[in-house]
Amino acid sequence: MELALIIEKFILVVVIFAVSLGVAAYSTLAERKIAAFLQGRVGPHRAGPGGMFQPLADGGKMFFKEEIIPAESNPFLFIMGPSLALLTACIGSAVIPWGQSMQFGDRVVELQVTDINVGILYIFGVVSLGVYGIMIGGWASNNKFSLMGAIRAASQNISYEIAMGLSLIALLMVSGTLSLKDIVEQQHGFWNNGWFTWNVFTQPLGFLLFIVCSFAECNRTPFDLPESENELVAGYHTEYSGFKLGAFLFAEYVNMFVSSAVMATLYWGGYNYPGMDYVFELLGPTWAPIVGIAVLFAKIFFFIFFFMWIRWTIPRFRYDQLMNLGWKVLIPLAIANIILTGIWITIKDNLL
Amino acid sequence: MESLSNRKKVLEQKPMNFWERIYLPSIFKGLAITFRHMFVKKETIFYPEQTRPVSENWRGLHSLKRDENGRERCTACGLCALACPAEAITMTAAERQKGEENLYREEKYAAVYEINMLRCIFCGLCEEACPKEAIYLDGPIVAADYLRKDFIYGKDKLVEAPLKS
Repeated sequence: MELALIIEKFILVVVIFAVSLGVAAYSTLAERKIAAFLQGRVGPHRAGPGGMFQPLADGGKMFFKEEIIPAESNPFLFIMGPSLALLTACIGSAVIPWGQSMQFGDRVVELQVTDINVGILYIFGVVSLGVYGIMIGGWASNNKFSLMGAIRAASQNISYEIAMGLSLIALLMVSGTLSLKDIVEQQHGFWNNGWFTWNVFTQPLGFLLFIVCSFAECNRTPFDLPESENELVAGYHTEYSGFKLGAFLFAEYVNMFVSSAVMATLYWGGYNYPGMDYVFELLGPTWAPIVGIAVLFAKIFFFIFFFMWIRWTIPRFRYDQLMNLGWKVLIPLAIANIILTGIWITIKDNLL
Repeated sequence: MESLSNRKKVLEQKPMNFWERIYLPSIFKGLAITFRHMFVKKETIFYPEQTRPVSENWRGLHSLKRDENGRERCTACGLCALACPAEAITMTAAERQKGEENLYREEKYAAVYEINMLRCIFCGLCEEACPKEAIYLDGPIVAADYLRKDFIYGKDKLVEAPLKS
């Protein structure tokens, strides 16, 4: 392996890591601002112009607060929980293609850390690992509320992962590949052969199921039962304080960023946008991918906004409603979607 | 049975139809409502810079008044302390010396006058009890502080600023 490749990947990893942490940090501000706007308030606005430095203030506060490890807890696992949650949240972004290949002189740079051919499976693995942090943290706290939250998180994630996987299978049947790069390349442009190229237009039901499941996977309202504050104090992070609490909360926002990116990549065409070939000719192979990156980020930010918008609109489900929705509605719908997709592919391949 | 007040409303519980059961239309309706609220007028009052208008009979921080010549009206009779249901007021009386006629209106005045703002319930009974119209609860909201001792307000904080001229 040549040195230039290592340097290139290293820079890319650092940039993606910094961007996802930065986006997550500013998501906390955005969450509070959007909550305020939706409720007819102004939101945090004292720290810097328009509250720009609020995330720094919050982060600083988290660092300087007293860290308590309860005497009855398991200290190793107690620290392990939030670390694992933050770690698994951060490594999910490795397989997401952030843009088209960029050309610097005669060197082509792939804007993706690694293009493994089982990219979606990797994301699934990482996402299902994410619940480990919550479970370990909740269990190690040795607190009934935390344990309840952890159990809820575990059972909820297991239930919704099935529906999520099934909804993706229909997408994989259409695309015929597990590699995220290939899936995005198939959605090139916006319009081709009399139909939209983006997967959301061929798999609308699949996308609906996927977005509902990703709300559940991120533990966001209306599925935030693991930390439902009016039932379980604060759920799995009841006993946490200081930066370990910050890590848990931060992991939630990083997860939100990554799942928004996955949704944009799988269903909304990733970095593709209408008229991209024209822009590519106009700007050349060095600068055109930048537009693609901006488009991808616009989509990601829209989804993050959507997450927050939903959060401040819909109240939390009851636990039996959550399980009913997962097992009795989403999974049958996902299976029906697979069957319909199969029929459609058969007709398209053989008759049209 | 006949309802006595005739105000009872019988709630009709119909089974939900298909669109209500799939829940999505109501979600979109709710999303539209919250989205509309992004553009309504913000209700926020930026407190230290702006203050909410208060009513005419608002009772806030006490002030010890001066008369038209800038002399303190309080004569340390103690009626306010007696009237106070929370026992928040204490005072020490002192006799006016010669040459202090421009400072105190009566021959007796309060050398120390303290109100414990943590005890005070802002009922305004001291204001009603005062025979000299010396105390009024016409100030702002009592500010927050860190220590209990800082809530005992002495004459330095209570007495009106001296007249200018």
